[in-house]
Amino acid sequence: MTSLISARSLTKTYGDFVAVDQINFEVLKGESFGLLGPNGAGKSTIMRMIGATLQRSSGELAVLGKDPEKFGPQIRAHLGVVPQQDNLDSELTVRENLYIYGRYFGLSKKFLTPKIQELLEFAQLEEKRDVKVEALSGGMKRRLTIARALVSEPEILMLDEPTTGLDPQARHILWDRLFRLKELGVTLLLTTHFMDEAEQLCQRLIVMDKGKIMAEDSPAELIRKYVTKEVLELRFGSDKNSQFVDQLRQKCDRIEQLPDRILLYTNDGETLLTEIVGSGLHPITSLVRRSSLEDVFLRLTGRSLIE
Amino acid sequence: MKVKEAQREVSRFGALYIVEARFRNMFKWRSAIITTAILNPVLYLLSVGVGIGSLVDAKQGAGGVDGVQYLTFLAPALLASAAIQGAIDEVTFPTLQGFKWAKNFFAMNSTPITGNQIALGVYIAALGRTFLTVVIYWLILLIAGALPTGTAWLAMFVAMLAGGAFGSIMLYLTSKVEKEDFFLTAIGRLIIMPLFLFSGTFYPLSSMPLILQPIGWISPLWHATELGRYLTYGHSISGLMIGVHFIFLTSLLALGLKLAFRNFTKRLSK
Repeated sequence: MTSLISARSLTKTYGDFVAVDQINFEVLKGESFGLLGPNGAGKSTIMRMIGATLQRSSGELAVLGKDPEKFGPQIRAHLGVVPQQDNLDSELTVRENLYIYGRYFGLSKKFLTPKIQELLEFAQLEEKRDVKVEALSGGMKRRLTIARALVSEPEILMLDEPTTGLDPQARHILWDRLFRLKELGVTLLLTTHFMDEAEQLCQRLIVMDKGKIMAEDSPAELIRKYVTKEVLELRFGSDKNSQFVDQLRQKCDRIEQLPDRILLYTNDGETLLTEIVGSGLHPITSLVRRSSLEDVFLRLTGRSLIE
Repeated sequence: MKVKEAQREVSRFGALYIVEARFRNMFKWRSAIITTAILNPVLYLLSVGVGIGSLVDAKQGAGGVDGVQYLTFLAPALLASAAIQGAIDEVTFPTLQGFKWAKNFFAMNSTPITGNQIALGVYIAALGRTFLTVVIYWLILLIAGALPTGTAWLAMFVAMLAGGAFGSIMLYLTSKVEKEDFFLTAIGRLIIMPLFLFSGTFYPLSSMPLILQPIGWISPLWHATELGRYLTYGHSISGLMIGVHFIFLTSLLALGLKLAFRNFTKRLSK
């Protein structure tokens, strides 16, 4: 497998603040790679350094085998960038947005005409082709931004928080589109602070916090390595939760007390719940669920992904 | 065309793709653009040129102002100031939009397009629209009989040079703006208006107190107006001063572009 992106001790500082702290990772051709972490973890900073629009402070970075600081335009010619905030041309139509963006890559009208048709179908925006962008819904704008990033047939599609701010239905449509790209073998690099998004879309990911990599693996492996198979969530009422923590601690592998609930990590949630109820404790609500990347993050940092 | 070959085109013609996009944007506003390009000169000619002109001409007698009718005296100044205003509008708003409101400069910069090319593209497109404004203005002045000489058509290019000089400086200043409200007010009231009033626009600069004359010397409008008057009615200036005016305007243009290029690149990679 060829490595399309490779970072060695990659660092970005702003004055005293270290946004990205000596990180190492590699993205291989055809894989979908995720950067998972809360806001401010340094994900967007990494994306911009890879996208050759931000200089690093130190370390090494190679994108498509080249240094983005020396070969910015040449590298960007092969990247499809979906920024965190839509930056479409709101006064132009859907079709025009795809067209002018294709022109920025120097692509000819002959190439772009069929390409735009194909992308409108892919983004399910055929009926909106002649509508001004300002009239589109948030989900449609997002799909258009992704379609726009694909106009030059990029080798890497980079998505920064692709579904932030979208309603659940729009998110699912978007995931479906991204999943298709993944099946087509497009290399995806995405950042997210949604663990379900990372689980759905990423084959491999790094978990980030405060500019550092906390762990790196596939979602399933991360869960296997860092947490138990299941989680039992109990609520005793916000004042009472802390009373029971010590009592419950001996019964499970690990316990986390959150402001509103207690999480008990175990490989068999139902059995643990029966045992707890049997011992005379009566939580107001109880829920057994599979462990997720959210739990991995909590384990690694002691904090939640979304605060 | 495959992406590899296309890329070579971008390094050469990148700015023109930005021009193309800007023209598409302007095209959405075509009726407003054409209407203002016509109404602006017509209103000025009627109110200032004809209205005030009849008073001035009556008072000055056969000698007129600088030897000509007031409208003829005023015409090159109005032409240059229209070019300046047009260039300012078309560099200011797209630049604020690009960096702040829609952030579409960042979209452009995520393609092979560079900061320099974005700045140059916005600038060329602004001058394109300015040229349309200037040609319409010039034709209306011609119809009004304010352009008596055979060299008067060259005044269009002098006006463009004024627009280009002011436009490049504004391109640079706008690219530095973080808080646009104050900036737009300050530019309009503290820079453009005083320069418009004190650049020998409505009367010869020499008839102002000496202490106010330096405003004219640093104003692209004054330099362009002097050249314009020379071309449209044979206003007498020395060969040396022709050179000074020309060099002042071209140097300002080049300086503004250079600063704009640097700041576009810097801000896009911040």
